Amino acid sequence: MLGRTMRMAGASAAAVLMMAGCAAEGSSKNQAPQQPLKVVGQFELHGLDPSTTGGFFTRLQVVETLVDADNQGVLQPGLATGWEASPDNRSWRFTLREGASFHDGTAVTAEAVAAALETARSKAASPFSTVPVKAVTAEGGAVRVDLTQPYAPLPAVLAHTSTQILAPSSYAADRTVTDVVGSGPYKVTRLEQPGTIELAVSEQWQDEKPPITEVHYQAVGRSESRALMAESGQADVTFGMDPTSLQRIKQAGKQDIEQVTLPRTILLKVNAGHEILGDVRVRQALSLALDREAMATALLRDPEMAATQLFPPSLPEWHQDNVTPLTHDVEEARKLLTEAGWVPGSDGTLEREGRKFSISLRTFPDRPELPLLATAIQAKLKELGVAVDVKVGNSSEIAAGHQDGSLELALFSRNYALVPDALVTLADDFAPNGADYGSMGWNNADLTSTLNTMATGAGTGSLEENRRTVTEIMHAELPVIPVAWYRQSAVVSKRVDGLVLDPLERSWRLTDLSWAK
Amino acid sequence: MQTPTARLQVPSGPAARILRQRTVQAAAVVLLVSTACFAIVQNLPGDIAFRIAAGRYGYDQVTAASADSVRAELGLDRPIWQQLLDWIADLLTFNLGNSLVTGADVAGELAFYLSSSTQLAVAALAIAFVTGATAGALAAARPGGAMDRITNLWVSGARALPPFLLGLVLILVFSVHLGVLPAAGHGEAGNIVLPAATLAVGLSGLFARVTRDTVVQVRESGYVHFAQTKDLSARLVFFRHVMRNTGVTLIAYVGVQVLILIEGVVIVESLFAWPGLGHALVHAIFWRDIPMIQATAVALALLVVALNTAVDLGSAAIDPRPRRREVVL
Repeated sequence: MLGRTMRMAGASAAAVLMMAGCAAEGSSKNQAPQQPLKVVGQFELHGLDPSTTGGFFTRLQVVETLVDADNQGVLQPGLATGWEASPDNRSWRFTLREGASFHDGTAVTAEAVAAALETARSKAASPFSTVPVKAVTAEGGAVRVDLTQPYAPLPAVLAHTSTQILAPSSYAADRTVTDVVGSGPYKVTRLEQPGTIELAVSEQWQDEKPPITEVHYQAVGRSESRALMAESGQADVTFGMDPTSLQRIKQAGKQDIEQVTLPRTILLKVNAGHEILGDVRVRQALSLALDREAMATALLRDPEMAATQLFPPSLPEWHQDNVTPLTHDVEEARKLLTEAGWVPGSDGTLEREGRKFSISLRTFPDRPELPLLATAIQAKLKELGVAVDVKVGNSSEIAAGHQDGSLELALFSRNYALVPDALVTLADDFAPNGADYGSMGWNNADLTSTLNTMATGAGTGSLEENRRTVTEIMHAELPVIPVAWYRQSAVVSKRVDGLVLDPLERSWRLTDLSWAK
Repeated sequence: MQTPTARLQVPSGPAARILRQRTVQAAAVVLLVSTACFAIVQNLPGDIAFRIAAGRYGYDQVTAASADSVRAELGLDRPIWQQLLDWIADLLTFNLGNSLVTGADVAGELAFYLSSSTQLAVAALAIAFVTGATAGALAAARPGGAMDRITNLWVSGARALPPFLLGLVLILVFSVHLGVLPAAGHGEAGNIVLPAATLAVGLSGLFARVTRDTVVQVRESGYVHFAQTKDLSARLVFFRHVMRNTGVTLIAYVGVQVLILIEGVVIVESLFAWPGLGHALVHAIFWRDIPMIQATAVALALLVVALNTAVDLGSAAIDPRPRRREVVL
């Protein structure tokens, strides 16, 4: 009986292994060139409209924007080969690349581009909607943008992914996007929301054909799963790795790791209109209490990412070498708080006039390091006598809290190069009335006038001087307290050569990749 | 003079009766579940417009301006009762509406997620049923024997391992070390094997246990002993009497397990990046995508009704006991 049982068990095991063998046919271990390149990332696709796709289709090089940017953030030709402003800076003209076609075979006309930009302008989520535009029109084969007032960073805004140019066939009658028909080197062959996008080289692409002809993108939500896909060789390029998995993969040495410092900073947003946090000495004390180096080492596994100022070195035009670095000095923090009238209470929490120093901090888990950093901040501030209630919720609660005035502290990361010219994001974030992901209850006349001067291209002072002024004001006043900078990492299999990460996160540069010889 | 009680044999039509009852139940369930979902979502903390905007534009792109445009576009400032009535009116015309986040047709999205979850559940169930029922039947052949003890060990081990951990172990073994199966993802050959196996391991232990106990119980029953006295062959007794009676218990049990499977695959779907109903419901709740939440919840509720119906019909079909109702006139 037992013998028969064992035979049956053996047969079952053999059947399972056969299934596995069949399923694994053509698996990653024996992948030959001309197999699709498999890219795995954490982001899902929740819509096709350029304002909601989070730059998916520019990263995958399916669509183009009028203006592109290189790894240093310097503007480059995209669908437009050149641009010029009128003498009064109120009208811009963008010349289109000759012979450019969309993937459906239709020509990229000035009319199609103008229509796509007008649609982008109507979307509240696009920075183009905040530009003082009067009209976007086609004129003699070029695209003309008329402004109600001068706006120097316009070309940079037209490099933002929400201004991508789609073919007329991408839109329904009501201008909702139903299909992604772009003009980039790759075209979409299959799209299965939320997680699968398949691409092939476009026949319409005029430039040199990319060495890798097919690409499959797969969204995978859990970082453990992404790490295992990278380790098993199932993925050729894996984005969004958590620090622990990255360290393990690095030690194993079977895959290459590509890294780049992003112009992204993890910030502690402070409600400066708050009765406690309105005092600049208190904000400085909170900043001094943070042991940034320890947090970067222990939680980000990357000590170099401890922020010494708002702008990371990856924003060389804004990063100031001669500014006094933000440091960790608990004694100095205590001194500042004592000056501000705070004394330790019976339970160790600071008090002033019967009011305890107790505040809430909102953050969200979409970036896994944020709740960890929030907990570390809570611990450090507790040492100082500040009670922090950490609330991990949805990112939108930060914007909602800003609007209804209930926000006290918030922890999030901000990319200052969403538009290649950081001035655009800064002018929004530190406007006199503040912004959801910028200042709150704080404004500084010098900062406002300097940013306005830079945006209109008028006034005195060189760009360098103005940038230094902006940085120094932020450094002294701390409307937001920098915590850490960001390093983007990708795990690359040995099958692939040529990956260089874009610090602006606009493109994955897939056309530069090739199969290893 | 006493009137003799006339006994009239009528075809009971159990299938028709079951279907009638379940149809009424389905209608009530749809109404109750959708209304309850709507009420719960309205009472969740946070501003719905901000949540929807976060879902649409990305977690660090949501602003008050984008939330205001969402509020205006979707009419979220209309009275709550009006929004609910609109949805019920749409439902009566079999229109599930559009997702507030993706803008896509909810029916289409639901069909996609439901088919993904169903594929996974069916594959898991098939593996679990075949391995579990086989092991259980073998264990029942000699209660207390080697196979019975091995099965016992298997049941305890399989139930003790959380699916998330088991899934990770399977990925490590079959993907990372052996390289014979894809670790995660959807749409490629072989993607289904590991998530289905992860779900099947736990289930197979239970199937083995239930099969073993039921077979032992049925073997001891009077009708099996009677069948054996008729000199029927052991094989015939086993298939005609033991398996048929065991089947009634197993079908009911499978029905319950399918429900647990369909509603309990969230962790496995998340680990293996499998786009199923669990994934859809979690995201919809997170973003307050009301039409998607209601449609998903209603689909799950209807699935419960459909499965119960199938179990009732299946049991009625194979139950060897007499199927007659005596109607006293």
